[in-house]
Amino acid sequence: MSIGVASDARGRRERRPLKQLFLIAFAVLLSGCAGVQSALDPAGTEAEAVATLFWVMVAGGTLIWIAVMGGFYYATRIKREPHSERAAGRLILWGGAVFPVVVLTLLLAYGLSLMPKLRPWTAVAEEPALRIEVTGEQFWWRVTYHRAGEDPVVAANEIRLPVGERVVFTLKSADVVHSFWIPSLGGKMDMIPGRDNTLTLEATRTGIYRSPCAEFCGSSHALMVFSTVVMEPDAFDDWLAREARPSPGAKADGLDAFLRNGCQACHAITGTEANGVIGPDLSHVGSRDTLGAGILQNEIDSYVALIRRPDVIKPGIRMPGFHGLPDEEIETIARYLKGLE
Amino acid sequence: MSVLPDVLPEDTRSDGEREAQAERLRAVWKTPTGWRYWTAVNNTEVGVWYTGAAFLFMLFAGVLALIVRVQLSVPDNDFVSAEFFNQAFTLHGTVMMFLFAVPIFEAVAVIILPQMLGARDLPFPRLSAFGFWSFILGGVFVCGSIFFGAAPNSGWFMYPPLATSEEAGIGADIWLLGLSFIEVASIAAAVELIVGVLKCRPPGMKINLMPLYAWYILIVAGMILFAFPPLIAGDILFEMQRMFDWPFFEPERGGDPLLWQHLFWIFGHPEVYIIFLPAIALLAMIVPTFAQRPIVGYSWIVLAAVGTGFLSFGLWVHHMFTTGLPSISLAFFSAASEAVAIPTGVQIFVFIATLLAGRVIFSVPMLFAAGALAIFIIGGLTGVMVALAPFDWQAHDTYFIVAHLHYVLIGGVMFPIIAGIYYFFPMIAFRKLSDRLGKIAFWLMFVGFNVAFFPMHLSGLRGMPRRIFTYPDELGLNLLNLVSTVGAFIFAAGVLVIAYDMLRPKKKQPYAPRNPWNAGTLEWLTEMPGEDWGVRSVPIIRSRYPLWDQPTLMADVDAGRYYLADAEEGQRETMVTSVLSAEPIQCLRVSGPAYVTIFSAFALGGVFIFLTFHWWWLTLGSGILAGGGILYWLWTGTAIIPEKREKDVGLGLKLPIYVSGPKSVGWWAMFITMVGDGTAFGSLMFGYFFYWTIHDDFTNGLAGPGVLWPLVAAACFAAAWAAMLLSRAANGADRPQGLRLWLCVSLVLTVAGSCAGLYGPYAHGMDPTAHVYPAIVWIVILWTVCHGAIGLVMQAYCLAGSFAGRLTAEYDIDIHNVVLYWHFMLVTALATFLVVGLFPLAV
Repeated sequence: MSIGVASDARGRRERRPLKQLFLIAFAVLLSGCAGVQSALDPAGTEAEAVATLFWVMVAGGTLIWIAVMGGFYYATRIKREPHSERAAGRLILWGGAVFPVVVLTLLLAYGLSLMPKLRPWTAVAEEPALRIEVTGEQFWWRVTYHRAGEDPVVAANEIRLPVGERVVFTLKSADVVHSFWIPSLGGKMDMIPGRDNTLTLEATRTGIYRSPCAEFCGSSHALMVFSTVVMEPDAFDDWLAREARPSPGAKADGLDAFLRNGCQACHAITGTEANGVIGPDLSHVGSRDTLGAGILQNEIDSYVALIRRPDVIKPGIRMPGFHGLPDEEIETIARYLKGLE
Repeated sequence: MSVLPDVLPEDTRSDGEREAQAERLRAVWKTPTGWRYWTAVNNTEVGVWYTGAAFLFMLFAGVLALIVRVQLSVPDNDFVSAEFFNQAFTLHGTVMMFLFAVPIFEAVAVIILPQMLGARDLPFPRLSAFGFWSFILGGVFVCGSIFFGAAPNSGWFMYPPLATSEEAGIGADIWLLGLSFIEVASIAAAVELIVGVLKCRPPGMKINLMPLYAWYILIVAGMILFAFPPLIAGDILFEMQRMFDWPFFEPERGGDPLLWQHLFWIFGHPEVYIIFLPAIALLAMIVPTFAQRPIVGYSWIVLAAVGTGFLSFGLWVHHMFTTGLPSISLAFFSAASEAVAIPTGVQIFVFIATLLAGRVIFSVPMLFAAGALAIFIIGGLTGVMVALAPFDWQAHDTYFIVAHLHYVLIGGVMFPIIAGIYYFFPMIAFRKLSDRLGKIAFWLMFVGFNVAFFPMHLSGLRGMPRRIFTYPDELGLNLLNLVSTVGAFIFAAGVLVIAYDMLRPKKKQPYAPRNPWNAGTLEWLTEMPGEDWGVRSVPIIRSRYPLWDQPTLMADVDAGRYYLADAEEGQRETMVTSVLSAEPIQCLRVSGPAYVTIFSAFALGGVFIFLTFHWWWLTLGSGILAGGGILYWLWTGTAIIPEKREKDVGLGLKLPIYVSGPKSVGWWAMFITMVGDGTAFGSLMFGYFFYWTIHDDFTNGLAGPGVLWPLVAAACFAAAWAAMLLSRAANGADRPQGLRLWLCVSLVLTVAGSCAGLYGPYAHGMDPTAHVYPAIVWIVILWTVCHGAIGLVMQAYCLAGSFAGRLTAEYDIDIHNVVLYWHFMLVTALATFLVVGLFPLAV
């Protein structure tokens, strides 16, 4: 598919004098559409449908552009004698009015026909098998899994899904407008204070996908990301069951240090007395793909850095810095948290 | 029967007489010199300052964009802080939209519209000057904030709750108040331009003979009247929340952040066309000139522009496709958004058809026009893509949109404006810009632009959201971003070449030949070098391209054989004609240089600036100065009783100097202003009903203003209106005592109505900070009461005029205009008080 883009770009740029720029552009386009955050590398039904729609429109758009600019070039540079006013008037009628009406009608029919399947016209009535409630907060994600007939499971900054199953998301915001977006699976849906939005997505391919906040939400908007982990259904069920139980490492050494420094005022760890609800739930933080809402690798050093100077890592974060603590104390807490798997 | 002669009578003036006439005309229109130069109000001066200032703001915003690009050139960059980055992109968008794109259209129109219409000036020169001084003050205030780290940082769309939070800081107030001030200036310019197009055309230029540019300006200025007021209404709600904690956008107390999004985009989408259409209008003048033939499909393009204007108000929801609105409305707005591509396509094909039917001369303006087309069509095609809701779900708020909007705005606005600069420069500066530099600039800009923005389509779909100050290394966005940054600098180099070409000294360069492009429209009557009078005599027009079709026109104009060739009374005068058929109806005396415009603009600016810092007393003082300044301006500069009823304007035509009612330009200005004002009021009412639709019980069980007091208020305002009608009738019957009596009655009723209106919510203890219901009731009542206060000032003004002998049965402009105001006042008051009083009973 990337080849298609490249040759179309070549078509447009051939006449220009700066060949080197063309070569760079060509290389850029060749670098492809793949990626863990790419809408053009779909791993979900909605993303697939939209990617196809996109390529169809690119093809049509390219032809139209060439035709119109060709017409302009002919009219200004090639023709020797003026054409009659009648012929020119017919061009306006057919080119400017009839052709767009026909093409746009067809495109609209195609585009809108996708909608009922991707995002149902009416709200989902009964409680679905799996509903995930995600609340955007500056600058992280509160995630709660609702399985029919089971207790909700609270997590943060990572979303796991079973492949091949339609999952319903309830999207909320605790402060400002955020937007929930997993480019590989489908389009976005805003999280607006005072409103509950609903989105359904179906993943078609297992893997880990990066999912950034898509509505500007303040200083660290760029640093508000989560990982979407699409798993085989069995593996997902096992994982969710594990997630519902306390981590084996919950009572390990380091819990004292965690509590001693007041971390539980904001953070909760199941199976301990830490039950704060202001910041992200840390019950299984050690097993997440990333740390700090998608911006750091999940390793001891990241914990240390985050505990010490969170405002440096993430401007505008509400967590206070603990750089006043002795290094060993921070290290102890970091090891403890990394052990929460 | 037309009063216009078919053949010009023989010229009986001696050479000496003719020269004496020219000398008098020259003296009257002379631009002030020395430091008084800045008191000038003539369209050529004000228009040039306006254009220059808008350009400087554009360069400033361009530098911000380059900072943004440097920060994004490599992953994990720390060239600037997140906070500075957020201020930079917010200000970039804000300045480009509010301080460049809209003002440049007004600025260019102020310069060229009167010339195109063979008018000496626009009907309210001081209003243009006032608009300019407001603009420059507001603009410097908004831009300057970034040097204090206090610039708005919530994005140019200012979504609450982020923009209402403490995090937004004073920057949000600077945005809201600074831009509200500039919006007022924009609306003033819109009023001026509409009246200019409708009333100041030369005799014989029927509405279907108008240059296309005038059509576009008429349409766009009309759009401003309906598009800006919703934003002003939104600004009011927003600022009341920030300053006084009225919870319009706060869900905990019944508000809703989405209301702002609706109001913002009801403004924001037409805004795109408000800046796009005037640029296309420039192409509509350039293309026929370089095709050396009249436009093909004049009615097509006019209808298409009108259609675009209308449709643009029905598209705003496509900016909100991801907010979770019902799918059915997404489908509707998708369809409407696709539909707007059709009139746009018609306009493009009209240009191509004209070129096809003409003998094309290819020079620098055409080069930029070609570039505009090549770029804009890509932006239009991606626009068709994102208009489809399913695709927009993916593309929304990504760099794909950044690419799309820059293709639209740089292709559809920037390139045409530069084409227009190269085209119109000789008309303003009497020398041509350099062909060589123009070509260099074109290629730098064209190549730089595509290198910068084409890759953004891909980076967006590969997952790069907008407004991020950094991105990680491993996402595959590195090369795309680096290329974009390189392209941005190439583009900027092109802009610099153009700036240099405009500013470089041209003393040694010869003057351009007259009508250098062999164009067909009246602005090219300009002599090289030109005179301050604009046009030597106001011609009779019989064709869309008079310079092509009326061969002796230029010589006759120069010989002063048409209208207003003299200025025997030493007054600045221009012709006023009828709206459709352009029959002469008045010799309008327009005002000359003045300090009062600068004073009033700065005093009004003070109100907005002091409000930002919550300096209440200074605000009040500044407000009083502004009000006093404006009243002084009106008293000394408008509705002046002339020394004689009518004068001979030439060719044996006698025209009145003083006309009132719908024949006068002031009446039209009042009417147009009040249409805009009514739109703002309608937007507030939209808010009232919006809250009703989103809540099961929109009063939240809280007390309303009751029924009694609102009805009393409505009755008082209705009676005040009736008394105004009686006062006008008394004046018409030459009974000054009756006029004064009814004015006094109306004045008392206005006070009573305002008090009754305020007493309703007050007596029921409505606390506007408690919930959105009392807040919205208070705000519509306050709006109406403020208008009552303005109506009161007008009544007092008429009273004073009557006692001073400047308002009489014969000279009655003021009372007509004030009664017109009161018609709107009546509608506003009835709507307000009947809705707040009775609507809660109905639900």
